[in-house]
Amino acid sequence: MNLSVSLAWTQTLSLWRSGALRVLVFSLVLAVTAISAIGFFTQRVETALNQQGGLLLGGDLAVIADHAIPDALLNRAESQGLATAKTYEFSSMVVFGEASQLAEIKAVEEGFPLRGDLTLGKYTSDLGKVVKNAPKSGAVWVEPRLANLLNIKVGDVIEVGERKLHVGAILVREPSRGGDMFGFAPRLMMNAADLPSTKLIQYGSRVKYQLLLAASPQKINQYYAQTKPTLSRGEKIQDVRNARPEIKSALDKAQQFLGLSAMVSVILAMVAMLLSSLPYIKQSLDTFALMRCFGASKSTVLQVLAIQTIMIAFFSALLGILLGFIAQFGLAKLAGSLFLETLPPASSTPVFIGLAASIAMMFAVVLPHAWQMRNLTAMNILRRETLAQPISAQAKFLPAALVMCAMIFWQARDVKLAASTIVALVLLCVAIVGLSYVLVTLANRLFMLSPRSQVLNDMKLGVLGLKRRFGLSTVQMIGFSMGLMVLMLLALIRGDLIRNWQASLPIDAPNRFIINIQPSQINGVKQFFEKQDIKGGSIFPMVRGRLISKNGKDISATQWQDERAKHLAEREFNLSWAEQMQSDNQLLSGRWWTPKEYGKPYLSIEQDLAKILGIRLGDKLLFDVAGDPLMLTVTSLRKVDWDTMRANFFAVTPPGVLGNYSANYISSFHLPIGADAAMNQLVRNYSNLTVIDVAALMQQVRGIMQKMSSTIEYVFAFSLLAGLAVLYAALIATREERIAEATLMRVFGASRRQVSVSYVAEFACIGLVSALIATIAANLLAYYISAQILNIPFQFNATLAFGITLIAAFIIPLAAWLGLRGFLNVPARQLLNSI
Amino acid sequence: MQQSPAMQTKISQTNIIQAQNLTYEFISHDNHIQVLRDLNLSILQGEQIAIIGSSGSGKSTLLSLLAGLDIPSRGSVQIQNNAFSSLDEDGRAAVRAKSMGFIFQSFQLLPSLTALENVMLPLQLKSHPNAKELSLEALTKVGLSARVEHYPKQLSGGEQQRVAIARAFATQPTILFADEPTGNLDKATGQIIIELLFKMNIEAGTTLVLVTHDAHLANRCQRQLKLENGVLTEQADLVAA
Repeated sequence: MNLSVSLAWTQTLSLWRSGALRVLVFSLVLAVTAISAIGFFTQRVETALNQQGGLLLGGDLAVIADHAIPDALLNRAESQGLATAKTYEFSSMVVFGEASQLAEIKAVEEGFPLRGDLTLGKYTSDLGKVVKNAPKSGAVWVEPRLANLLNIKVGDVIEVGERKLHVGAILVREPSRGGDMFGFAPRLMMNAADLPSTKLIQYGSRVKYQLLLAASPQKINQYYAQTKPTLSRGEKIQDVRNARPEIKSALDKAQQFLGLSAMVSVILAMVAMLLSSLPYIKQSLDTFALMRCFGASKSTVLQVLAIQTIMIAFFSALLGILLGFIAQFGLAKLAGSLFLETLPPASSTPVFIGLAASIAMMFAVVLPHAWQMRNLTAMNILRRETLAQPISAQAKFLPAALVMCAMIFWQARDVKLAASTIVALVLLCVAIVGLSYVLVTLANRLFMLSPRSQVLNDMKLGVLGLKRRFGLSTVQMIGFSMGLMVLMLLALIRGDLIRNWQASLPIDAPNRFIINIQPSQINGVKQFFEKQDIKGGSIFPMVRGRLISKNGKDISATQWQDERAKHLAEREFNLSWAEQMQSDNQLLSGRWWTPKEYGKPYLSIEQDLAKILGIRLGDKLLFDVAGDPLMLTVTSLRKVDWDTMRANFFAVTPPGVLGNYSANYISSFHLPIGADAAMNQLVRNYSNLTVIDVAALMQQVRGIMQKMSSTIEYVFAFSLLAGLAVLYAALIATREERIAEATLMRVFGASRRQVSVSYVAEFACIGLVSALIATIAANLLAYYISAQILNIPFQFNATLAFGITLIAAFIIPLAAWLGLRGFLNVPARQLLNSI
Repeated sequence: MQQSPAMQTKISQTNIIQAQNLTYEFISHDNHIQVLRDLNLSILQGEQIAIIGSSGSGKSTLLSLLAGLDIPSRGSVQIQNNAFSSLDEDGRAAVRAKSMGFIFQSFQLLPSLTALENVMLPLQLKSHPNAKELSLEALTKVGLSARVEHYPKQLSGGEQQRVAIARAFATQPTILFADEPTGNLDKATGQIIIELLFKMNIEAGTTLVLVTHDAHLANRCQRQLKLENGVLTEQADLVAA
């Protein structure tokens, strides 16, 4: 064993010195660097994003119930070392002097908020200061809206239930404010210790009980997994992901993209390794043949090979992990200014993953050759005779392919995404082989038509070379195509993703909602819009109705297992009517009504709701509207983009259907900065109006999106490097052989120009074919990923396609020629000695 | 053992290669090493010349200077009375393409090309219209008509060298340089290769410059020159000597 270790060490050193190992190690280090850097970075960003999301929840996790939180759940959290804080939310009247106002009361325990902070001011227009604590017992904090409505200021004493409490501060910002956006009245926050004395919570009171929890992700995951199955009726557990749909959708998309980027880096690095392993394997085989000549047994040789493989994998992994750590540190530092808080420290997981990946990748490359070597004699190996124990190309790449698949599944964290990537890769390889064969044969035929000039003859030599080395050229084209394809794919999806996010929340997106507008007040509200120059402030009617039956069958909440379906079946729908479909809606099936169909009992339903309640096109739905039955036929299904912050409806009818019922109206609009006073005036004129300010919430959502966009830019840059490494590896994979060929050509009398022309022609063909395949494949894949996985619209980018093709057709031959150029000036004799 | 006149080429009185005051030196690790010193050599058209010498005596260096694969430190080489060593790299390459053929000790076949493609390569460089036909003919002459589609790794050492011979003669060169052509082969195979080489050389009337350390092989040539300490001396019958 000692002998094997020392032989492996010497062999590794000599391979390093000879240069055969350098490119392989370079690729391996790059692979591990990419895996660990993205691992470290995405892990830290994910934690930060989760914490950011946690700010909105007020903790990392929330157990929510319509009854008091069972002690068992609290005890479990405390015994596992989780930070806890209970909150109670309910509506109640708040009285100040003669005035009273319905408020959304939130009683919080000491320790609230577990994540994030609150902003308190001294008066309603105060920007305020950030605090991280709950109100003290005896004090309440009120939102500016409540303070304005009741005309109260800090220091006043108000009545909450049977208790008198003094106003300690104006609650300027409460990030953790969640719940149904249209359901809330202005906030009043108090200490939970004062709650019993208000006597507001009685048997049958509608209270939202919450247990907020915060701890490390591991502890949170553990608690989540343990608690979820034990929940009783009326209890649910929320983490950042299902707390807020708009955050969830952004988080999911970002995570999928980060997973995709990491996966792409792995694929690229492995392709680079496979390509660059050729010189290493060749030289290793020579040495092992000699060892066998000198009497080493097969098992010794295999042992040495195994130790050597582990050594290379281990040292490359160490270097890669170190570089990965430095790279992620740099990335985090760069991204740091964009994050409100610094990123949490990295864990050691990526280190082990990097190490395991390195060893797996190295063995995947070496294993087929070791297998083949078992039964070869020394002479066989010396003469590179492989016929005695044939090993097909498929078998040679099988272990690497398996490792690649495993890593794709692991990195993508999404079976659908991973499977589609693998299928695409296989199809890509098949397409490359097929297309390159056709194109090369075609080019050959073309050149066979008796070339008239010397240049054409030299180019023909290059194209002939392609056909001669078809196997190797194909491998190279696969390398180039993959490199180009993923670069293009990333550029396409990244652009789409960021554009889509930006478009979903433009700077003038609605930041205020007014609800409860009465028909007589519509003109007043419209005048307000006109005076304040508010554009796009539309007013929608709303009629409340309860769904009673579908196609004659009664609807009952008990017929569904799913909590959301139960909730939807129980609640009243806000039915609206419209002439035109809203611009952020998309018709999926059926058709929208024409003016002739106004007044007909038609209904357009939102697709998610339809899916959950099992509603299909043509279904007849019976609603109870203010005690009257109303039968509507589903004539279309719509997709609604809820991320836009505009008012939208699950169920819409043509005009004239709901006209006889009493409706109130809702409006969403963008209130420009400085128009608050006018807004307040409007509210004073129509005291029944409720204005909901979502500017702070939007600011947060926008902030998160911006950070994700930046993160994606950084991760993209990393994948880009890996892509370039593949291109480099594909170039050097056949470099030695090409130098040998170029040298012989020169011995036989070829001029340097002749060699250069044939070389450039060959690589231009490779570049063009690769670019062509990459463009087609990247666009198909981008279309699939955009439409099927990320749910964002796809746009073909002709400039990018043209640019990549141009770069490939020029840069690849240029780089190849630059690599060879140095050898064209060395006397042929010197090269002959070295080959 | 000199070969029979039937195995010798017809010599004309025209000089095909002329080397004058040929010197090749280099500095390695601060040591000034002189491989060739003021060497003079004339080779007539059709002549068979053997350059012998021990390992490291500079035989291969001399051959590469004569073939223009490297340039001398001093002195000159003329091919068919035209300046050769003073031409630039591409100029020398053009002369090689036109009139030289090569056979190497290590065969120097390209592993990714078939036997036929290896033979075709120098012809294709010259845009020869009948590259394939000529190559097939050459391979048939060396007895490999059945192996034309085989790759070097599928051929034995002797077969690989036969491909190299076919490649050398396919272009119908005026001068053939052979550097230890049997160096990598066993005696029996080496003998077969030598017979083939000389047979084809006679048929083509090519000038042969053969570098070897094998006295028997050298004796098959019309002239033997010994390289020792950078100096070239004419030898009589080597086996007798």
